[in-house]
Amino acid sequence: MQAFEFASPTSVKEALGLLGAQFSDAQLLAGGTDQISLLKERLHHPKRVVSLRNVKELHGIKKTGGGIRIGAMATVDEVMESSLVRAEYPSLVQAARGIASPQIRNMGTMGGDLCQRTRCWYYRNHLGLLAMKDGKSLVAEGQNEYHAIFGNSGPAKFVSASSFGPALVALGATVTVVSPSGSRSMKVADLFHTPKERGERETVLKSNEIITEILVPSARGVKNATYEVRQKQALDWPLVAASVALTMKGNSVGSAMVVLGHVAPTPHMASAAASMLSGKSITEDVAAQAGAAAAQGATPLSGNTYKVDLVKVAVKRALLAAVGA
Amino acid sequence: MPDYKYPPMESRKLMGRRISRVDGPQKAAGKAKYNSDVRPAGTVHGAILHSPHAHCRIKSIDTADAQKIAGVTAVRVIAKPGTEIQWTNQEIASVAARTEEIARDAVRAIKVEYEILPHLVREDRLDKVGSRAKPAGEVVTGDPEEAFKMADVTHEGDYGIPVITHCCLEPHGQTVAWSGDKVEFWPSTQNVSAVGDDLAKGLEIPAANVHTHMDYIGGGFGSKFQSDLWGQEAARLSKESGGKPVKLYLDRAPELTIAGVRPSVYAKVKLAAKKDGTLVAWDSLTWMTGGFGGGGLNADLLPYVFRNVPNRRINHTAVSVNSGGSRAWRAPNHPQVSYVTCAALEDLAAKLDMDPYDLFMKNLELTARPEVYKSQLSQAADMIGWKKNWHPRGDKTKGPIKRGLGLGIGTWGGAGHASQCRAKIHPDGSVEVELGTQDLGTGTRTVIMQVAAETLGLPFNAVKLTIGDNSLPRSGASGGSTTVGGVSASTRIATSNALEKLFEAVAPGLGSDKDGLEAVDGKIQVKGNPSKSLTWKQACAKLGVTTISEEGRHDPRNPRGLSTLGVGGIQMADVSVDVETGVVRINKVVAVQDVGLVVNPKLADSQVHGGIIMGVCGALMEERVMDEMSGKCLNADMEFYKLAGIADIGEIEVKMDITPDHDSRGVIGLGEPSTIPTIAAIANAAANAIGVRVPTLPLTPRNVLDALAGRRMA
Repeated sequence: MQAFEFASPTSVKEALGLLGAQFSDAQLLAGGTDQISLLKERLHHPKRVVSLRNVKELHGIKKTGGGIRIGAMATVDEVMESSLVRAEYPSLVQAARGIASPQIRNMGTMGGDLCQRTRCWYYRNHLGLLAMKDGKSLVAEGQNEYHAIFGNSGPAKFVSASSFGPALVALGATVTVVSPSGSRSMKVADLFHTPKERGERETVLKSNEIITEILVPSARGVKNATYEVRQKQALDWPLVAASVALTMKGNSVGSAMVVLGHVAPTPHMASAAASMLSGKSITEDVAAQAGAAAAQGATPLSGNTYKVDLVKVAVKRALLAAVGA
Repeated sequence: MPDYKYPPMESRKLMGRRISRVDGPQKAAGKAKYNSDVRPAGTVHGAILHSPHAHCRIKSIDTADAQKIAGVTAVRVIAKPGTEIQWTNQEIASVAARTEEIARDAVRAIKVEYEILPHLVREDRLDKVGSRAKPAGEVVTGDPEEAFKMADVTHEGDYGIPVITHCCLEPHGQTVAWSGDKVEFWPSTQNVSAVGDDLAKGLEIPAANVHTHMDYIGGGFGSKFQSDLWGQEAARLSKESGGKPVKLYLDRAPELTIAGVRPSVYAKVKLAAKKDGTLVAWDSLTWMTGGFGGGGLNADLLPYVFRNVPNRRINHTAVSVNSGGSRAWRAPNHPQVSYVTCAALEDLAAKLDMDPYDLFMKNLELTARPEVYKSQLSQAADMIGWKKNWHPRGDKTKGPIKRGLGLGIGTWGGAGHASQCRAKIHPDGSVEVELGTQDLGTGTRTVIMQVAAETLGLPFNAVKLTIGDNSLPRSGASGGSTTVGGVSASTRIATSNALEKLFEAVAPGLGSDKDGLEAVDGKIQVKGNPSKSLTWKQACAKLGVTTISEEGRHDPRNPRGLSTLGVGGIQMADVSVDVETGVVRINKVVAVQDVGLVVNPKLADSQVHGGIIMGVCGALMEERVMDEMSGKCLNADMEFYKLAGIADIGEIEVKMDITPDHDSRGVIGLGEPSTIPTIAAIANAAANAIGVRVPTLPLTPRNVLDALAGRRMA
């Protein structure tokens, strides 16, 4: 770990003033479940670490308009246990439960989940986010069992590590981002970014920006669920996850969102699966067809074709879970 | 001379009882001090600069900037310019400093120029390793060619089991203080009595100058016998830091890459059998790596346990790769060859449309202990409901969850190592037992106290035991499952010798001679006449001011019936596989294991639980992942180097095969045999469930789904 200055502001405004023009100037510390290991490994080596722990306005989960507002510093455990979340968003509860470590659920935060760095083992071994050597990808023919099967035609072949991202995208959530020049709101889907050049990161966030809240629209009448395929029951990263949100018309689907996690550098919208679902009621067969549609167009690398199989089953099971089948 | 034989089964008071381990409460409460907790006053911190490259040459090394950092007490160059480095994380230089942070900063301040050289880090494809393959030559018995030609049925299969690491939760390391000509040494070691000798040799000082201490160890599994470069380096840093103690432990990544691994084994196997399942020939080509040194697999163990197959052809190749070397790993060779053999036999049974249980039974004459295995197979089958639940390959139940049963077999030596023990009986009646042994968490302390108290006719807690110090009577390293046999024997001998001295002191007063006395229930009494007795305290008071101090020595060449070697074990697994996700779950593993005289069945069960849990990890998830292009190990961490959590382990049921016959063989070790058959049993259960063999372990979703889809490994 490189020595750094530690700051613990009590307001967003104060926190913004402590950030810099580069990520090497300052890094945000939320729950620390990822940031601390990034610091220890010197993958991050900021001059200053800005803790958001004491910024009250970033905490809490509350009703707002028709939906809910989840503060960026709300912990995974708070999301999982919140009666507001439990009432309408089983998808988020299931995503939280997939983080199978009480310690991490107690410390990790919603904002941190969205901003965490990829778990790509090339990146974590200091071989770069794009993992290139002599102009060639280390990943394409390397050890890519956990890597992307969609959105991998460019240099980025890692997968987004976010547990909540796919569920939030499926639910049409937005995220509020503040910077010294003001505040902006964007779809969670637009927060994630597939880097093309060195120096780009997994989100569009700049080094002087802070996520303050996530706004999730009401999901009344929206059947939603997350299903993740994980090898271990104990703490383990999902191999593939699927989040679905179905706006129902009676017993059939009016419109659908099907979003995959851990298959691409960002949460991946399975649009073909979503569109084939409209007008249909969810049966085992329909769910399986949607799974197959979701897997179409996958471009697996040398050693991760099995993830295409996993997409099919994850989507199928998420759909069946959403309708309680 | 006393009769050292263990008392007969029916008259034992403490041996054979399910006594909880004496250090359990200390460990559970966090009060047990491991050597990585030891930090004497003035301790400075050591750190190592490791090679970032898999193969390189040191062109230059400059430590000037590191030396200048305030708080740095010593900087040493390990790999001088010109040195060829053969694996990532090999040691380049070391530093000691007032704090761990300063030591790490100083390591980063060392400037090294490397000349990068070509590397090879993967061995799974034999056709890609070129000149790094070292064939060991062919061994042939009988006439395999003819046997294959004449056979009713043959089977050919490919099997692979990757390199895994020891993954000790307490990494390798020590605190060491070298001041004047004395060295105080607190290593994490499986070898309390002799690891200091090894350190002394490295430091070129007399062995007597090294004082070794260790009360508790956080895992060794065969990788912690030597003082290692890190121990020697820490000692030298201490000397150069003016004799201050240096604490130096490996970080997780070096721990998983340079502190020992279990070699891989890949195999192409051909089997020939008669229609009734009688095995007639075995042919195997195996290859593996144990790191840069290549490393040895005892391929002559094949076919494992069924080794007396009349016709065999064995070819083996060791592959040298640029990675850290292998070390003994809980039953070296055995889990791998058990997997290769049992998987091939299970596949043969499937081809013959035969229950593998029957195939194993059919071929027991090819093993060294047919009657033992016959009984164990039958006991294990009863425990898991084999006859009721086994089905031919491929669970035909509807839905994605397929269930299957599988079996595995093991054998091991486990005779007691050389061990010395000192037993003292004080005039106040207190008893001390001292050995330079170690308790790896197996319950060695508890077992020694049981044997000592049994011999002296005293309650369990009457014995004060001291271990973990090399100034005590020497006892062997804890490796090869040799500890319990050795320490039980030396304790029995030492306490018997001490008791005889007590008998000599009190015999005249009881109107007897020493041979006419016995120690029972806290009394010394005349055999056959318990009314003529003294309490233990009264008897010891007769010693006046003289403490009895007697030694006992167990010599493996003359075991006096106290220990012997050779055990067998059968394990069966019941697994469920989700054929859509490829996730394998353990429902249950059962084990039947003979291990001679069982001093403490509770601890024995616990050992087998541990062995099975390691086997579950190896079967389902453990794998060292090497990247050929970068030369790096990609999962030298606790995140993607996966180990089972509690929910992943499943139910475990253990039956120690305790019979008068086994009991009469004396005390035998259990650590290694308990882990040997697990991987084979689980892998076979998965094949039985899903209807196809997953050739290469571990049984990850990828490997399972690839096997189901007929995809070859990338």
